[in-house]
Amino acid sequence: MVINLRFFNRSELMGFIVLAAVLFVILPLSLDVFRLNLVAKYLTYAFVALGLVLCWGYGGILSLGQGVFFGLGGYCMAMFLKLEASSVENTKIQSTPGIPDFMDWNQITSLPLFWQPFHSLTFTILAIILVPGIFALIIGTAMFKRRVGGTYFAIITQAVAAILTILIVGQQGYTGGINGMTDLRTLKGWDIRPDHAKVILYFVEVVLLFACIGIAQFIRLTKLGRILVAMREQEDRVRFSGYSVANFKIFAFCMAAVFAAIGGAMFALNVGFMSPSFVGIVPSIEMVIYTAVGGRMSIFGAIWGAILVNFAKTSLSESFPQLWLFGLGALFIAVVLAFPNGLSGLWADYVQPRIDRLFTSRKSKSAWKDNSVADGAPAE
Amino acid sequence: MLVGHQPKEFLLAVSGLTVSFDGFKAVNDLSFYIEENEIRVIIGPNGAGKTTVLDLICGKTKATEGSIQFRGTELTKLKENEIVKAGVGRKFQTPSVFEDLTVFENLEISFPRGRTVFGSLTFQRDQQVKDRVEEVAEMIFLKDKLNTYASELSHGQKQWLEIGMLLIQDPDLLMLDEPVAGMSVSERAKTAELLNRIIKNRSVLVIEHDMKFVEDIAHKVTVLHQGQILSEGTMEKVKNDPKVVEVYLGH
Repeated sequence: MVINLRFFNRSELMGFIVLAAVLFVILPLSLDVFRLNLVAKYLTYAFVALGLVLCWGYGGILSLGQGVFFGLGGYCMAMFLKLEASSVENTKIQSTPGIPDFMDWNQITSLPLFWQPFHSLTFTILAIILVPGIFALIIGTAMFKRRVGGTYFAIITQAVAAILTILIVGQQGYTGGINGMTDLRTLKGWDIRPDHAKVILYFVEVVLLFACIGIAQFIRLTKLGRILVAMREQEDRVRFSGYSVANFKIFAFCMAAVFAAIGGAMFALNVGFMSPSFVGIVPSIEMVIYTAVGGRMSIFGAIWGAILVNFAKTSLSESFPQLWLFGLGALFIAVVLAFPNGLSGLWADYVQPRIDRLFTSRKSKSAWKDNSVADGAPAE
Repeated sequence: MLVGHQPKEFLLAVSGLTVSFDGFKAVNDLSFYIEENEIRVIIGPNGAGKTTVLDLICGKTKATEGSIQFRGTELTKLKENEIVKAGVGRKFQTPSVFEDLTVFENLEISFPRGRTVFGSLTFQRDQQVKDRVEEVAEMIFLKDKLNTYASELSHGQKQWLEIGMLLIQDPDLLMLDEPVAGMSVSERAKTAELLNRIIKNRSVLVIEHDMKFVEDIAHKVTVLHQGQILSEGTMEKVKNDPKVVEVYLGH
């Protein structure tokens, strides 16, 4: 009962409405298709940020390797699209028609076994969820069951990101190497490149994002959400309350991986290619920065972080390409030093109280005093 | 080993327990037995290995040698959460409660249901949980603070909350590490009252320095010194043991 009535508290409900209004109405009406497609690209990172809120913000598990899962999801999607784009007619100039172009360039004459199932869209969708999910399960089990945590875990995830990048670049006959998988064209015969397709894909992505927000919010409100918070503070107390801490960490890490993978798959669809430059150490750290800037304890904050930092990245790197990385670094330092709870923390400290006061004064005018006190001071 | 004079109904049987940290034996060939409904207090000078003994029983530290039998189950082979499920609860020396959660949520997490990942996803805050949380909150003097964040509680209240979190687990063996340390005089009296109420129907193993408090509650006292038992018996007997007076009570 309590949970049903209060799926969102008042400030979260406002966050939900504002985000829904901006993404569903304001941006599609005010931006041209090119800019809207850029927003779609930023939103793919919002999925990653959402996962990091659960895993890092709530569970206290800092992963510097989310690019791995973003990449796995993206590559699964890209493999399906690439196979469809490499039909025999499209590739008849190759020495072996019907296989992806980069395989042909690398003297591979038949489709490798692990590529075969990606002819099926059902398999691909399952793989987008399961491949990163199972990979996270293996890493999580190996690390958390041995009580590897904190900085050591972060370093290992970073190493995994480096390894996967090297693997993808090195095996270019199977993966497209440093260039990635380009020239993706159709999804089940439906062209993903023209403007109207971009708009539809944008809306599909926003709907998926809201579904993921729903899942994350549901998890946050169950006892599992509270155990994650408890674990972050007093791991031993959770253990001696009868819980297997490792299993809960594995769960949070796997959820973050699956969210990141969905983002990656949407990236391949919206942007039309996938490359190792979205997998490695630098993109993985950038993902943590979006989350930190937005506020790692806040679902909506992190999503705004992903959108705004990427927007800044595009605008700044259009005008001052060399300055961007310094700007990003400075931003991260500023967040850590000056406002550790990110934008959502600033919002909760400075904006929310004003809004609450506005409500309170209006309410007291209509003689609702008793409610306004309890309602107006949610300890965020 | 001690088969000859081991009566049948021990709740906890520790025998030949040894743990060494890089060659230093913090606990050395320790054996003791706790009966059902017994209140045992462990005393001893600093560094005697008191907290280490609790760590060994609850699985925080792994024993180098020896065995810990709890109702016939060997605890040294179990993980911490399995030991909790077997019925052993442990309170830490410094209050360890979840500061970012409310008193209600702290107690709810300790409620023994839905302890797996999927169990906790489907856990419902039903009437049984609410009633039990309220009942325990009343016992630990925090009934009117159910919606207060634990970070806003005083030191003594945090200690009570942690005791409450153990109570709600309803363990057969309750282990308390210095439950009244750092408390004010009035808090101490209330805690003694609380402990006297909760020790019914269960065995309790307490580490405490406050001798007045020990005399009040202990059935039997074990004095540890350098990882070994120096003396064991009733408070009266231990107090008059010349060895104990020399290393511990004398100061």
